[in-house]
Amino acid sequence: MKNKITQSFIDNNRRGFIEDVMKGSIAGSLMLMIPMQSKLFSEVLGEDPKAAETINPMDLEANYCFMVDVTGCIGCGSCCVADRKENNVPQNQYRTWVERYVIDIYNTVYVDSPNGGEEGYSQPRKDIKEEIKDAFFVPKLCNMCDEPSCVQVCPVGATFTTPDKFVLVDNTHCVACGYCVQACPYGVRFINEETKTADKCTWCYHRVRKGKLPACVNACPTGARKFGDLNDRDSEVSKIYHSKEVLRVLKKSLGNEPSLYYVGLHEEVV
Amino acid sequence: MEHLAMEALNYVFPNDVHAHWTLMIVIYPYITGVVAGAFIVSALAHVFHVKSLMPVAKFALIFALSWLLFVTAPLLNHLGHPERALNMLFTPNFAGPSMMAGFGYIYMAYSILLIFEILFVYRYELTLLKQNATGLKKNIYELLTLGTNDITKSGREFDHKVAFILGAVGIPLACSLHGYVGFIFGAVKSVEWWFTPLMPIIFLLSASVSGIAGMILFYVLIKKITNKMSDIQTDTIKTLIKLLWAFFIFDFLFEMIELAVHAYGGTLGWHHVSSALNGPMQWTFWTMQVKILSVIPFLVLGYLSLVKVSRNVLIVGGSIVSFMLLAQVLFMRWNVVIGGQIMAKSERGFATYHPMMFEKEGIAMTIIMLVAPLVTLWILSKIFPLWETQADKEPLH
Repeated sequence: MKNKITQSFIDNNRRGFIEDVMKGSIAGSLMLMIPMQSKLFSEVLGEDPKAAETINPMDLEANYCFMVDVTGCIGCGSCCVADRKENNVPQNQYRTWVERYVIDIYNTVYVDSPNGGEEGYSQPRKDIKEEIKDAFFVPKLCNMCDEPSCVQVCPVGATFTTPDKFVLVDNTHCVACGYCVQACPYGVRFINEETKTADKCTWCYHRVRKGKLPACVNACPTGARKFGDLNDRDSEVSKIYHSKEVLRVLKKSLGNEPSLYYVGLHEEVV
Repeated sequence: MEHLAMEALNYVFPNDVHAHWTLMIVIYPYITGVVAGAFIVSALAHVFHVKSLMPVAKFALIFALSWLLFVTAPLLNHLGHPERALNMLFTPNFAGPSMMAGFGYIYMAYSILLIFEILFVYRYELTLLKQNATGLKKNIYELLTLGTNDITKSGREFDHKVAFILGAVGIPLACSLHGYVGFIFGAVKSVEWWFTPLMPIIFLLSASVSGIAGMILFYVLIKKITNKMSDIQTDTIKTLIKLLWAFFIFDFLFEMIELAVHAYGGTLGWHHVSSALNGPMQWTFWTMQVKILSVIPFLVLGYLSLVKVSRNVLIVGGSIVSFMLLAQVLFMRWNVVIGGQIMAKSERGFATYHPMMFEKEGIAMTIIMLVAPLVTLWILSKIFPLWETQADKEPLH
């Protein structure tokens, strides 16, 4: 009896029936294709409820800022070691590194960064013949651009900007075409040898959202790496930001609007 | 001593030491270019009715198809996660927009168009062939003709009409297919060597050059191998050579204009570019791409186009110069793709790239991928007669 009713329903409304079947199949296949969000903020936060010393983990309105005080960096490489450990970065690939700049009296600029400066700079450069007039270290990491080239070029949308302005990579969706590696003006991206996907510094988003500082900031013995919320007037970064201190960003002319600021950065630094 | 000094000043970012886009990304625009160029030849015959190109009009389509089938091969070999390749179609980043995201759609649209163009152009002939075929071949023809046995004049007129429309639509589509590939590079502002609005135009013109040169070379080679040299139409070769010259003049012109304006501007970026062109890229750019493989073909093509030469000189000269231009375009792709990465983002030195013979994206694999379309062409020629037949010459109007 039931079968008869169904049959007559189909007969009376063939178009509607076919439409319903089509909608069902399309919806079903989309469910398979569109990957689900792996974790919600609240889930991540729930893992470590007591950590909230430095920043408010719930504050999605926060305007996070990373500052590097070049005058404070001693090139010890602790930040690089901490980063590799925190983020399981494969050897010979770098989410962050420290460059050594040496300038001789003829203004010739020598730059090196053996092993990304991870082992520190215990020995001076031996290949410089002239007298040296200046030397300094420059830590490099993701610039978290407001106008990120990597997000723009990613063909599948695997690189994205979070609502709180972090540029991240969904490594379950990345096809590893390498377009973002080419597009990033700062060379901070690489194809992770182990995951075979695009990888880069996240400013330790997983820590920040739990109220912790990025691993490198935490490890820096001199406070050359600074992290905080610009909206929080009491934070160190906010105080520097609003002071008369000269702040510089890298490759400003490209228009990527980095939110990584440098204090005391020399013009020679690219 | 100077070398030592250069060494001391050389610095590249630690993730940027070696070029990441390999030979695979060099041959990807190369293969796409041949497809686009060959299609233009067929369109000139089918849409603009250039009579002298009719003898190679069908060959052009099959030639294009045999390369089209391998456009994605180097890309898939390069991707870290080829199994996710279809993400480009399912979750394309049109918000950016990503210049790469649209490629899947354009490539797909063009593939469908080319296949239908071939089916309509060949329908009458395949229907005739089907009548005499047996076994597997009969089944293949049955499938390719979509079961039709229509050999009437009105049926053929309909085929012509559809082929004309598809050809006409195909011209802008083939152009966008390759102009688009140029855009992928031209839109990257972080690489000074790529970031120029002329990039899509240069890619498009060089694509036409490689496609037409490929047509000439393999027209002659196939006739030579099959011992039918006398079948080669002199005016077809002459037209192709003139066409090649015309496209190459604009191609070379734009390549040099781009450089000249850049050099005249003399920005910081240019200092970096010029030090690469006169340093690690000296041989591949100036010696090969510009001096040997551009200036010589330009002069020879001019001579062959303007001066009345014997048939043999035309055929031999045309083939050699076509081979040189195929190499020129390959060098150009290398110089763009690898060159852009050699000019490291540190602006203080050069990255390196030394492909190995037997690595995943190495030289052997590159050769395989460049030979595969030719093998495919041979297989396709067993099904699709490459050359103009009596059936094509039967008057319709």
